[in-house]
Amino acid sequence: MIETLNKVDSITECFHCHEPCRADAIEYDSKKFCCSGCKAVYELFSEGELAEFYKNRSFDKQADKYDFLNDPTLSEPFVSFRSDDYIRLKLKLPAIHCSSCVYVLENLHKVDKGIKSVTTNFVKKEADILIQPDQISLSNLCQLLDSIGYQPDLSLDSGEGVETKKMSELSLQIGVAAFCFGNIMLLSFPEYLGIDGQDGEFIRFFGWLSIVLSIPTMVYAAKPYFVNAFSGLRQGFFNIDIPIVLGILTLFFRSAYEIVTSIGPGYLDSLSGLVFFLLIGRWFQSKTYQSMSFERDYKSYFPLSVLKVAEDGEMSIGVNDIKIDDQLIIRNEEIVPTDAVLLSDSTSIDYSFVTGEGAPVMVTKGELIYAGGRLKGGRIAVRVRKECSQSYLTSLWNNQVFKEEKLTYAEELTNRISKHFTTIILSIAVLGGVFWYFTAPDKMWQVVAATLIIACPCALALSAPFTNGNALRVFGRHGFYLKKAALAERLAEIDTVVFDKTGTITSLKSIEAIYNGADLDETSIKIISTMTKNSTHPLSRAITAYFKGLDGVVDLDYFEELSGRGIFAQYMGADYYLGSSGWLGIKEEDNLNTSAVYFKVDDVVIGHFQIKHAYRKGINALLKSLGKEQSLQLISGDNANEQEYLEGIFPEGTKFYFNKKPLDKLNLIAELQEHGNKVMMIGDGLNDAGALRQSDFGIAITDDVSNFSPACDAILTGNELNSLDRFLKYARKSKQVIFGSFALSFAYNLIGISLALSGMLTPILAAILMPVSSISVVLFTTLRGNYLAKKLML
Amino acid sequence: MSVIYILIILSVVVAGTFLGLFIWANKSGQYDDTTTPSMRMLFDDKKPDAEK
Repeated sequence: MIETLNKVDSITECFHCHEPCRADAIEYDSKKFCCSGCKAVYELFSEGELAEFYKNRSFDKQADKYDFLNDPTLSEPFVSFRSDDYIRLKLKLPAIHCSSCVYVLENLHKVDKGIKSVTTNFVKKEADILIQPDQISLSNLCQLLDSIGYQPDLSLDSGEGVETKKMSELSLQIGVAAFCFGNIMLLSFPEYLGIDGQDGEFIRFFGWLSIVLSIPTMVYAAKPYFVNAFSGLRQGFFNIDIPIVLGILTLFFRSAYEIVTSIGPGYLDSLSGLVFFLLIGRWFQSKTYQSMSFERDYKSYFPLSVLKVAEDGEMSIGVNDIKIDDQLIIRNEEIVPTDAVLLSDSTSIDYSFVTGEGAPVMVTKGELIYAGGRLKGGRIAVRVRKECSQSYLTSLWNNQVFKEEKLTYAEELTNRISKHFTTIILSIAVLGGVFWYFTAPDKMWQVVAATLIIACPCALALSAPFTNGNALRVFGRHGFYLKKAALAERLAEIDTVVFDKTGTITSLKSIEAIYNGADLDETSIKIISTMTKNSTHPLSRAITAYFKGLDGVVDLDYFEELSGRGIFAQYMGADYYLGSSGWLGIKEEDNLNTSAVYFKVDDVVIGHFQIKHAYRKGINALLKSLGKEQSLQLISGDNANEQEYLEGIFPEGTKFYFNKKPLDKLNLIAELQEHGNKVMMIGDGLNDAGALRQSDFGIAITDDVSNFSPACDAILTGNELNSLDRFLKYARKSKQVIFGSFALSFAYNLIGISLALSGMLTPILAAILMPVSSISVVLFTTLRGNYLAKKLML
Repeated sequence: MSVIYILIILSVVVAGTFLGLFIWANKSGQYDDTTTPSMRMLFDDKKPDAEK
C-alpha cells in the first residue's frame, strides 16, 4: 500500500508520449521514457537535430480519437490494399512542410516494427504507408503520427487522382510530339539548306519517313485538340480548337499530297512543331496546387465517425449510419454531425463556421443543436433528430447550383475570338482561291492550303495559357491559389465584391475586448490588468491588450483562476470578479450576442468587456482601394451590432445585409448577377458555400491552407487579404497582355497570309514563321507578366 | 550513298527506343512526384541496426 502511494507521488510523465511512466522507466539523456519505442523516437529526433519539435507541440489527450479506423468499412477510403498480413494506406499529412518532415516520416519504420515503410509525397503532402496489422493497428498508427506532430487529415475528398492521370498523359503527348518534331526536322534539313535536285530518291524517302513519323503526332499527341473541337461542334459553340484542328488537318493532307505526288517536301516539320508548342502551352497552364482541395463540401468538414451509445457501451459508427433517435456522444472541439437535441444540461456551441455568428451560443437541455456546430465544453450526449444528409445545413447542397457544373469554358477570351477568327480566315481563303482560279488555276489549291496553314491560330492559342499560367504562379507566391489558370481571366471582369464578415474581414484567431459600463478609475484598471496578466486564457489576453499603456501592477492579496468561469482576486479587503455571466449570476442582456466578460466588485457589477473577433489588419486600406474600382457589399449571418463601425470602414454606397441564412446569401449573389454584375464572393465558412458556388469568382479565406475550406475558385490565405486589390489590378493588366499578344499574333498572320495569298509561301518560310510567332508570343507574355508583377510589388 | 537508308532507319530506331523508355518511365510513375526524391537523396544512410 505504502509502495503504491510512493509511486503515485513520484509519478513521471514520459518525455515523448506524456503517458505516466511505470517504475521501470528508461532514463536517457537525463529524460524519462515509458518505453523503448518512445526513447527510439527521441533518439531519432535528437540525432537528426529535430529535438526542437518537443518544445512547441500541443499534446492531445484524446487517445481514442482514431479508434473508428479499426473498423474496416470506415477506414476503407484510406486503404489502397488490404490482406491479412499487410495494409497499405494513403494518408494526407498537412503538417509536412520541409525535408526534415520527409526524413522523420520515412524513418518511422525504425520506431515501430509494425510499420514496414513510409513513402512521402512532399508536393501532395501525402504519405504512402505499409503496415503489418498484427503489429500495429490503424488507430495506433494515426496516434503515433499525431503524437509526433503529423495529424492525419481524415476528411474525404472527391475527384482525387484524375488530375494526376491527365498530367501524366499530357507529358506522354509532349514526349511523342517532341520525338516526331525532332526527327522530322532532321529529315527536313536538306530542304532547309537547299540541298535537293540530284538526289531525288533521298528526298522521296525522307518525305515518306516524315509521313510515318507524323502519324503518332496526329493520332496521339494532337488528340486533345480533336476531342475538344469535336465536343465544341457538337455543343454548338466555337472554341479555339476548331481553327487549330482545321489548320492541322490542312497541313497534314496538303503535305501528304505534296510528298506522294513528289511536287514538294510538305510542311510536316511545321505540323509537329506546332503540336509540340501547343502542348507546351497546355502544360504551362495546367499547374495546379495539388496539396489543396477546391472541391470540398460539408462531407469533408464533418467527422467520419461519431460515438454512439449502444446497449453494450459506446461504439464508433460512420456518420452516414446515423439514424433518427440514436444517442450520440460529442466531445470537446468535435463537430455535431447532424441536427440533434441536447440531452446534457447545458453547453456552448460555436456556429461561426456555419452561420457566421461570432460568439458561441448557449444551448440548454432539450434545445436543438444544428449540424456543423463545434462543441466548446465538456462531453455531451445528444439525441439525433434528422439524418445527416437532411440536416438544416446540409440541405443547402440540395440546391440547384451544386448540381450543375460551373461553366468556365465558353466565356474564355480566346474562344470568343476564335469564332470571328475562323470566319475571317475561311473567307480570306475562299476569296484568295477565287482570285487565283481566274488568274492561275493550277496554283489555286496551293494558295488556299497555304492560307489555312499559316493562319492556324497557334500564337493565338498560346497567348492566354501562358499569360494565365504566369498569373497563377505570381498569385501563388503570395498565398492566393487559383483552382485553374484560366480563372485569372475571369478575375479581370469582377465589378462587384461581396464580403462575408465573420472569419473573412474579421479573423477567427484574434479577438478584441471593448469595455462598456461605469468609468473605471486608475486602481481598478490596475487591478483588472494584474488579474488578466496572470491568466493565459485568450479572453484575459484580449482584456490585457485593451488596457495596454494604462496598466500597472498591484500586489493582489489573493488570486484564483477558475477554469471555465473566470478569475477571482482579493485586494485591500475587497473581492474582485472577472468572468462569465453564469458564474457571477448576472442575467445576460438579450441584445448582446457577443460573449462578454463581466467585472464585479463585491456585489456590484461595474461593467462588462464585450468580446468580438478583431478585424484583420489593413482591412481599411484594402476596402478604400477596392471601393475605387468595384462596388462593395457585405453580407453576414451575424446580427447588425457592428453596422455603425462597418459603415465607417467601408466606402460610401456599400450595402449591408445582416442575419442572412446560407440560402439568402446564394440568392443575393444570383440577384446581383441578374443585374449584369460580375460578382466576386469572399467567404470562409460552410454558410458561404452556396454563395461561393453561385458567384462568378468565389474566394475562400483561410488562415491555414491545410484547414477545411469550402468549394471555391481560389483559396486566399488570411494575411494576404490586403493584397486583393493588387491581385485584381494584376488580373486586369494580364488581360491587356493577352490582348497585346493577340495583336502580335495578328501581325504575324497578316504577313503570313499576304505571303500565302501571293503564292510565295514556301515550306521553309512556314517552318521559320510559325515557330517564331509562337516563341515571340510566349516571350512577350512571360516577360510582360513578370514586369507587371514587379511593378505592382507582387 | 544507299548506306544513308540504313543509318537513317537505325537512328530512328535508336530514337524510338528512347521514346519507349520515356513512355515506360512515365507509366511506371517515375514522374508522379519529382520533389520528394530530390530531398530523399540528401539524407545520409543510417548505420545498420545493432541487432542485425
